[in-house]
Amino acid sequence: MKEKVDRSINRIDAPEKTGGYAEYIADMKFEGMLYAKTLRSEKPRAVIKSIDIPLLPEGCYVVDKNDIPGKNRVKMLLDDQPFFAEDIVNYIGEPILLVVGPDREQVAQVLSNIRVLYEEMEPVFTIVDAVKCDKASIYGEDNCFSGYEIIRGDPDRAFREAAEAIEGEYRTGLQEHIYLEPQGVIGVYENERVTVYGSMQCPYYIKTALVQGFGWDEERIRVVQTTTGGAFGGKEEYTSIIAGHAAFAAVKTGRPVRLIFDRAEDIICTTKRHPSIIKIKTALDKNRKITAMEVEITLDGGAYAGLSPVVLQRAMFAATGVYNIPNIKVKGRVFATNNVPSGAMRGFGGPQAFFAIEMHMQSLAESISRDPLDFKMENMLSKGDLTVTGGVLRYEVKLPQMIDLVEKMSGYRRKYEAFINDRGEVPKGIGLSIFYHGCAFTGSGEKEKIRARVKLKKRKDGKVLILVASVEMGQGSSTTLRKIVARAMDLPVEDVIYENPDTDIVPDSGPTVASRTVMIVGFLLKKAAERLKAGGEKAADFKVTEACEGPAELEVTEEYEEPGYIKWGHEKFEGDAYPTYSWGVNVVEVEVDPVTFVIKVNGIWGVYDIGTIIDERIIRGQMEGGIAQGLGYAAFEVMNTDCGNILQPSLADYIIPNSKEFPEMEIRLIDNPYEYGPFGAKGAGELPFIGAAPALASAVQNALKVPIKRLPVTPEYLLKVAEGEK
Amino acid sequence: MEGIFKINGKEIKVSFKSDAVLLSLLRENGCTEVKEGCREGECGSCVVLLDGRLVNSCQVFAASAAGKEITTVRGIGNIHSPHPIQSAFADSGAVQCGFCTPGMVLAAYCLLKKNPDPREDEIIEAIDGNLCRCTGYVKIIEAVKIAAKRMRENG
Ligand code: FES
Ligand code: FES
Repeated sequence: MKEKVDRSINRIDAPEKTGGYAEYIADMKFEGMLYAKTLRSEKPRAVIKSIDIPLLPEGCYVVDKNDIPGKNRVKMLLDDQPFFAEDIVNYIGEPILLVVGPDREQVAQVLSNIRVLYEEMEPVFTIVDAVKCDKASIYGEDNCFSGYEIIRGDPDRAFREAAEAIEGEYRTGLQEHIYLEPQGVIGVYENERVTVYGSMQCPYYIKTALVQGFGWDEERIRVVQTTTGGAFGGKEEYTSIIAGHAAFAAVKTGRPVRLIFDRAEDIICTTKRHPSIIKIKTALDKNRKITAMEVEITLDGGAYAGLSPVVLQRAMFAATGVYNIPNIKVKGRVFATNNVPSGAMRGFGGPQAFFAIEMHMQSLAESISRDPLDFKMENMLSKGDLTVTGGVLRYEVKLPQMIDLVEKMSGYRRKYEAFINDRGEVPKGIGLSIFYHGCAFTGSGEKEKIRARVKLKKRKDGKVLILVASVEMGQGSSTTLRKIVARAMDLPVEDVIYENPDTDIVPDSGPTVASRTVMIVGFLLKKAAERLKAGGEKAADFKVTEACEGPAELEVTEEYEEPGYIKWGHEKFEGDAYPTYSWGVNVVEVEVDPVTFVIKVNGIWGVYDIGTIIDERIIRGQMEGGIAQGLGYAAFEVMNTDCGNILQPSLADYIIPNSKEFPEMEIRLIDNPYEYGPFGAKGAGELPFIGAAPALASAVQNALKVPIKRLPVTPEYLLKVAEGEK
Repeated sequence: MEGIFKINGKEIKVSFKSDAVLLSLLRENGCTEVKEGCREGECGSCVVLLDGRLVNSCQVFAASAAGKEITTVRGIGNIHSPHPIQSAFADSGAVQCGFCTPGMVLAAYCLLKKNPDPREDEIIEAIDGNLCRCTGYVKIIEAVKIAAKRMRENG
């Protein structure tokens, strides 16, 4: 029986999760397991002169840089971050060594008796100081991890000939993921092989990192994902570090080693969203048409590069937002500081860029006495137009219909007018953001870096197994991918099996990131399913788990093939930065307390184009959750540092949204099938995050009639802005 | 110290340190459905019912829970015969990563025991000590409404 593909079904993992039977990493026990705790740098920048370790109690071990058989670098883009500090530490919380032992309290006791003698160096804490570089450089000669420039058309000339140029500078702060389940892994060493179990997004990133850290053949390394309690990018690159720690410890001690963070440790030492400073300058001709834009993006990468170069690229490729700008110059740089490393987080540079461009467009329109929405719509991209990098938008851009729809749902225009003229006691405002997310890896990443492979096996009993490295981390992929295969093969969903990935069993379908799982991996699965249905090849007998043991009848492997239309020149950042885009329009209505400047959200509306919906309920959950995270980022998720110390190291200090914060959200999904996505689906997970902050900030701007240029929009900031205006 | 703990209707005898918190005692004795999200009393993923009252088990000394009725999410239903609240969570998409879910389900259970027909603001209030980073709470609130309705209709 053929179901409509978007019909919502109950998530396959719901019964075990509601029942309390899902097994997360902290719930796992191994015979003889030891506990590990990390000794971390207390200094933001220092030379380690000596480490004084008291006599260890029986059964306790210290594991450090000397226990790494291979290269003491976590495999990443620039390979600059050590697993354990060598002679220098570069941020507070940098791992120096592990203490491992059978009793947790004893381990903590031993750890507190270790003395590290530091010789402090002059630290760098701000982007501005990193750029200045008047202290010893942290990275390279100028602290700059990566710098790029994109030029399209002749921006210099356009600025020379402009009737006027309007500028703005926008800044955003740190954000912490606060996945509810803290980071955790268990390393096991058996028969000359090491296995890491853990909460993660990217089993093969970890495997590759361990291969480099051990210098072993890859056959000796195995990575198994356990039920993952949220990730949002926080378990993308970071987890490789602790996987290394637990694995080195397991090999040294010959026992399983468990390394699980408590909340404070998780907040202090894991990656954060990159803080940014973005300057935008727009040239207008005498008819007040936009002729050029110059955008300068500067990110705080923290102490090590991690994924910063790609985060920067994604921010740059979103620099001019959804607008059709004839002449463009975008300059981007990410700098090293002695702060905790910044890393992947939902949106991956997009949220910073879209906040800046959306606020800029609103302020620009208001400063030339134009209606912001009219002005935005006049300049909006449509099919056939060029992206920042000069790629052609090949598919229909449905933004006009989406804006129409959100207008009907929210009454945006009427309210905007009413609020802008309103001088009532309690300022009210409404804001609208228009945005996109480039689906899948940036540039030629899918083709050159990832080359995803997926496998399907069909057993004699007719059941089909999905073998991919893409994880379920809450976003629903274990259900969505099953639906795709079931639909392609005309099978009931119950006949399609998906297990948490184990690198001994699944091929490398790439990391679970970049809104690529459904669009890229799902599309490969659909193709594989169609071939399997038609025949497939004979498979060797195999064994997955008890539940799905049995001789395989047929198997099919599918490998990523780039759609022919994609053209990308990486040297100059020219062409199609992404295979396609998902689009969104978000409206937020607020009121601002006139005394405390606390923002109250009164309404949330969103319209999204993510191609075809595979499961409507799952997608709505993604949209709602993404909006809530984005609004937290916008309004109150404050994370400050003082000399490299994070000042909000607990959930009492770092406030994330609770059930009371936001009213109900009204969400609509627009159908716009993409030919290279399964049944037309595009990327979805990151998109809703991106629009929330600019929508909220524009609403505040509408309410207070002052330009908003900072995230988060805290009462302290609003007080300053309001006073500055007086 | 030693004590008898009544967990989901079963009594177990456990020895524990005098300063141990209930969360650790439960997790060490197989109740891994009680989650640790913060240990600071801020997230609600560790909640259990203690003599029918919802408490953050990371903020309760194990000693003070000895002899009392402790109920965890496994105590109100199981995979084969889930409690209506558990089914409603599954049916309305209120579960994503699932880490907050045991706590959320218990918070809802506690509410519906006292108030079988809660208003939306009462539901929001009842779960405001339970953090969820995935869902934005929309579907969780919906799930509690559905559960309440089903429970009223089926007595
Ligand atoms: S673990 Fe007890 S409230 Fe968070
Ligand atoms: S479902 Fe992930 S925290 Fe609630």
